[in-house]
Amino acid sequence: MSKPIVATTSLAGCFGCHMSILDVDERILDLFDLVEFNKSPIDDIKEFTKMCDIGIIEGGCCNSENVHVLKDFRKNCKILISLGECAIMGGLPAMRNNIPIEECLREAYLDGPSTKGHNPDGIMPNDEELPILLNKVYPCHEVVKIDYYLPGCPPRADLIWNALVALVTGDEMKLPYEVVKFD
Amino acid sequence: MSDKVKFKIDGKECVADKGVNLVDAAKQNGIYIPTLCHLEGVKPAGSCRVCNVKINGRFMTACTTPVADGMEVENNTQDIQELRKIIVETLFVSGNHYCPACEKSGCCELQALGYKFTMLVPRFPYAFEPKEVDAESTKLFIDRNRCILCKRCVRSIKSKDGKSIFAIKGRGHNAMINIDHELAAQMTDEEATMAMDNCPVGSILKKERGYYTPIGSRKYDKEPIGSDIEESVII
Repeated sequence: MSKPIVATTSLAGCFGCHMSILDVDERILDLFDLVEFNKSPIDDIKEFTKMCDIGIIEGGCCNSENVHVLKDFRKNCKILISLGECAIMGGLPAMRNNIPIEECLREAYLDGPSTKGHNPDGIMPNDEELPILLNKVYPCHEVVKIDYYLPGCPPRADLIWNALVALVTGDEMKLPYEVVKFD
Repeated sequence: MSDKVKFKIDGKECVADKGVNLVDAAKQNGIYIPTLCHLEGVKPAGSCRVCNVKINGRFMTACTTPVADGMEVENNTQDIQELRKIIVETLFVSGNHYCPACEKSGCCELQALGYKFTMLVPRFPYAFEPKEVDAESTKLFIDRNRCILCKRCVRSIKSKDGKSIFAIKGRGHNAMINIDHELAAQMTDEEATMAMDNCPVGSILKKERGYYTPIGSRKYDKEPIGSDIEESVII
């Protein structure tokens, strides 16, 4: 039987969850024995080249590109996993959800301590090449169907390891108390 | 024996002092009933509903129910634990609970209940409602994003002449916790620490304290909530 194929991506995240995948330490070698990676920052494959079994999503959706990538993952992966707090509930990027978008942009480009007085023309990024910010940051499961959730900031390496092993072997996933954390 | 009552929790024979509420009575018998608003020694409010049990077949809040002779209590059953999990999930989505950024993370009772019930994701959509932070007091922050309106602070933190330092302002959907800045200014450091510790979430925080305990050594990092009362059953 061929190896299960895994794809990963980081949407509105900090790449901390991907660092946590690497935090499985030497088991990363076993991981490469167990699965094949497709589109992922780990192997730098930019586009899907085949249908994948497992898609791992870090980060929520804060802009149009995130939504596009997430929908692409849903289309190309049989199972999608929300990895980490940002994918599950928006995380720290979602702290802007209670601030009007215009106020966020003004703070970032006009009135913030590092920009005030340095942007006399009041230029804000507005090019059709750039993704458009969404009105708020959305958890992934509010955009597409998500099959499994692995919480944590970042999710503990053992949690990621247990989940991948359970998915690949078909055994029930172990969820020890110490590894299911929201921070 | 007239000052003792006999009752059963999940079939286990229990004995407790007459008049004691069911949460404390269960504790005396080594049984943990999860709570968020209950604080031992303080008049119960029954506001969080997490301590829901079935008494003689009916749902009731354990913290507001005094034990009575012959009571048959269902506590650790699958449907009751599921109901409690739903309540915890509701609290998570109705506030703005950014655990990774919260100073109370690891010592938060709401989060600890999320862990106890293995809440991987709430089944409800997040509300993301704007709530305000009151940082005016010299010793305390009030972060309403995290407040679950349990009224623990209202009931347990009083000034020297017995006045409430905290109060709920508004009703229903508009209810929010408020602090009396004049009274709060007279609080000692110990009283401010107690206000923070009594808060089950990270809504009342002592200033100049921050992330006090390292990750790994915090209250609920390794031990599930309630494991000091009984060997915890994680469903």
